[in-house]
Amino acid sequence: MFENLSERLQNVFSGLRSKGRLTEEDISAAMKEIRMALLEADVNFKVVKEFTNRTKARCLEAEVLDSLTPAQNVVKVVMDELTNLLGRSDSNLVLSSRIPNVIMLVGLQGSGKTTAAAKLAYHLKEQDHAPLLVACDVYRPAAADQLQTLGDEIGVRVYRGDGVDPVQIAKEGVQDAIDHLRDVVIVDTAGRLHVDEQMMEEAEVIKRAVKPDQILMVVDAMTGQDVVNVAQAFAERVDFDGVIMSKMDGDARGGGALSIREVTGKPIKFISSGEKPDSLEVFHPERMAKRILGMGDMLTLIESAVKAKDEEIQAEQAERIAKAQLTLDDFVEMNRKIRKMGGIAKLVSALPGGDKALGSGQVDEKALDRMVVIINSMTPAERQKPEILNGSRRKRIAAGAGVTVQEVNGIIKKYNETKKMLKKMMPDGDLSALKGKKGRRRRLGIPGMGGIGMDDLKKLQDMVEKNS
Amino acid sequence: MGFFDRISKGLARSRDKFREQMNVLLDRGPDLDDDFWEGLEEALILSDVGGPAAMDIVESLQDQAKRKALPDAYAVFDMLYDQIAATFTPAEQGIFDQEQALVLFVGINGTGKTTTVGKLAKEASDAGRTVILGSADTFRAAAIEQLEVWSKRADVPMVTRERGSDPASVCYDTIEKAEAMGADLVLIDTAGRLHTSNDLMRELEKVVSVVRKRANMPVYTVLVIDATTGQNGLQQAREFNKALDLDGLIVTKLDGTAKGGIALAVSHELELPIYKIGVGEGIDDLRDFDAHDFARALVGDLDGRSADDQAEEE
Repeated sequence: MFENLSERLQNVFSGLRSKGRLTEEDISAAMKEIRMALLEADVNFKVVKEFTNRTKARCLEAEVLDSLTPAQNVVKVVMDELTNLLGRSDSNLVLSSRIPNVIMLVGLQGSGKTTAAAKLAYHLKEQDHAPLLVACDVYRPAAADQLQTLGDEIGVRVYRGDGVDPVQIAKEGVQDAIDHLRDVVIVDTAGRLHVDEQMMEEAEVIKRAVKPDQILMVVDAMTGQDVVNVAQAFAERVDFDGVIMSKMDGDARGGGALSIREVTGKPIKFISSGEKPDSLEVFHPERMAKRILGMGDMLTLIESAVKAKDEEIQAEQAERIAKAQLTLDDFVEMNRKIRKMGGIAKLVSALPGGDKALGSGQVDEKALDRMVVIINSMTPAERQKPEILNGSRRKRIAAGAGVTVQEVNGIIKKYNETKKMLKKMMPDGDLSALKGKKGRRRRLGIPGMGGIGMDDLKKLQDMVEKNS
Repeated sequence: MGFFDRISKGLARSRDKFREQMNVLLDRGPDLDDDFWEGLEEALILSDVGGPAAMDIVESLQDQAKRKALPDAYAVFDMLYDQIAATFTPAEQGIFDQEQALVLFVGINGTGKTTTVGKLAKEASDAGRTVILGSADTFRAAAIEQLEVWSKRADVPMVTRERGSDPASVCYDTIEKAEAMGADLVLIDTAGRLHTSNDLMRELEKVVSVVRKRANMPVYTVLVIDATTGQNGLQQAREFNKALDLDGLIVTKLDGTAKGGIALAVSHELELPIYKIGVGEGIDDLRDFDAHDFARALVGDLDGRSADDQAEEE
């Protein structure tokens, strides 16, 4: 999502890293680049100015310049300031003790409110709440139908009312929630322009009518410099509590995300990326700052790994991998787990430099599918001991999987490379990297891959790309 | 309310901001020094016209200022309108005025494709044309119902299939029906998609190629772009253009936004004409694009009179 910004900043920093000692000019030049990069990323002009001033002042302090690794310290300062800009701490959705809780969504047309409403409902449902969706958009044709369809898909009740008076529908919605034992009401309102007096008035009236515990503003990540004005106008009229940034799966540089908090003081609570109901993520400023700087979002990666993980790493499998005795079955298993974590693309983009790799050539998810098909065409014996695969076996497998022998050879080559790599990582069967206390395997990183280091993941990733 | 008033109103905030910038520039004195040119370029970038377009405008102005020996900054501003207007790629002919046309509307999510199709259908049908709508957005929940409402408002037939079916087949059906009823304007709405989603872009490529093969009237692919979009709008347009070979643009939501500049950036870089602009919610708020009006509305009037006064004088 922030690829372009990351790339530019990374170029700046690799320039700095190549120098042993930094002068004030170096810092100034780097700041100029950062300023341009942020401006081009649609970060608000005033925010950029303040950001660079603050960062520059900090970088020029003696402890940064005179340190042994000035460039790294500059990176640290920039990252620190970036995190400050995005918000110091995570800002979770706070539900009050009132039942039902009312959450109201507002925003411009086409910012993705209805989709966000459904995602939020799904998010709450996952946390054992019983949400109710209320369709208060009576203007856009079929907006209520859209919410109804989405509600049906995720199994959440939708209240539509008479489809005429949004204020009335909102009020009835709250009553409906009480009648049907729902503890959270999500009110989806119509999109409105911040300069449309009549519509802003309506939002205020709805707000007064249902007294929401939380008002969230949905903002399109692609909005330009204007996002700040829009957010300010909404803050003045309805005083929202937080922001959901939508369409974060595009390649927008998301400068708006950087500006809103700084200008309005309202935190970003969620980022929404994709069409699926489960693609609403809690916003973590520090992780986002790391991502912008191309330092990889390892925490999110590990979290999704933990989520995807079956109870525990199977000891046997880990053992085999540790001894570099990878079988083709493990290979398939790895693929399945990667899938669960959101596919290769998501995985790679969370790795340091991953965004760059993704930008240079799309990772082909299908390459993994093809691999599974080929491996599935092998006998169990062949999967356990791929060494026995001779010419005629390969020919049979190719026919069975409907591919050419060359493709089968490709898989085996890939497998051998992985195996070689694993061997290199675990010299002489040294399992210390994998072992926690008393020899128990630590649950770290990607399941089934033990304590594989970053560089190795990068190699894996390169391999996947090369072979796709 | 006339066209110019509306777009003026819509772009009022752009203009105010730009004028503010210019006033700051003029404060430095009317000298045409490096500071002035740099400031001008920065002001243009900040009104979202994008780096390359801003650079071109400034370079060309610089050139003319030297050649014509312009005395001061004020004289340069006089030329700015023309320069901005000239930066737009002109349309050779309006596609909606032709005898027969099939227009496919593409773009990312939430730019206003369905609404635009609906408004155009109403306008054309009122003008006595035989219009047919195709709802190839079989993906988004209730997109078909949304267009259906428009088809009733405009009293034109609409072709679709159930949600989840192949959009290319919807287009095929639409064209068959259009031929059967002798329609002269076919408008097809497609599902919004991010330009970064390869699979969806490939799907759209297929849709467009099916339509181009099957149709026996001129086919146009039009990108609908939201004026509130920042510099990412360029990236979107580039990707869509690469995949689909676009014919032109429709810029929506030009009301209430400070950002009309992206329209200039896209039109300039990709050499695509702007066919229509959306300046409001109303059914008659989809207007023909006029580069000069747009330029004047974007920059505003620099010698103190407001653009609205000027409009009255005319």
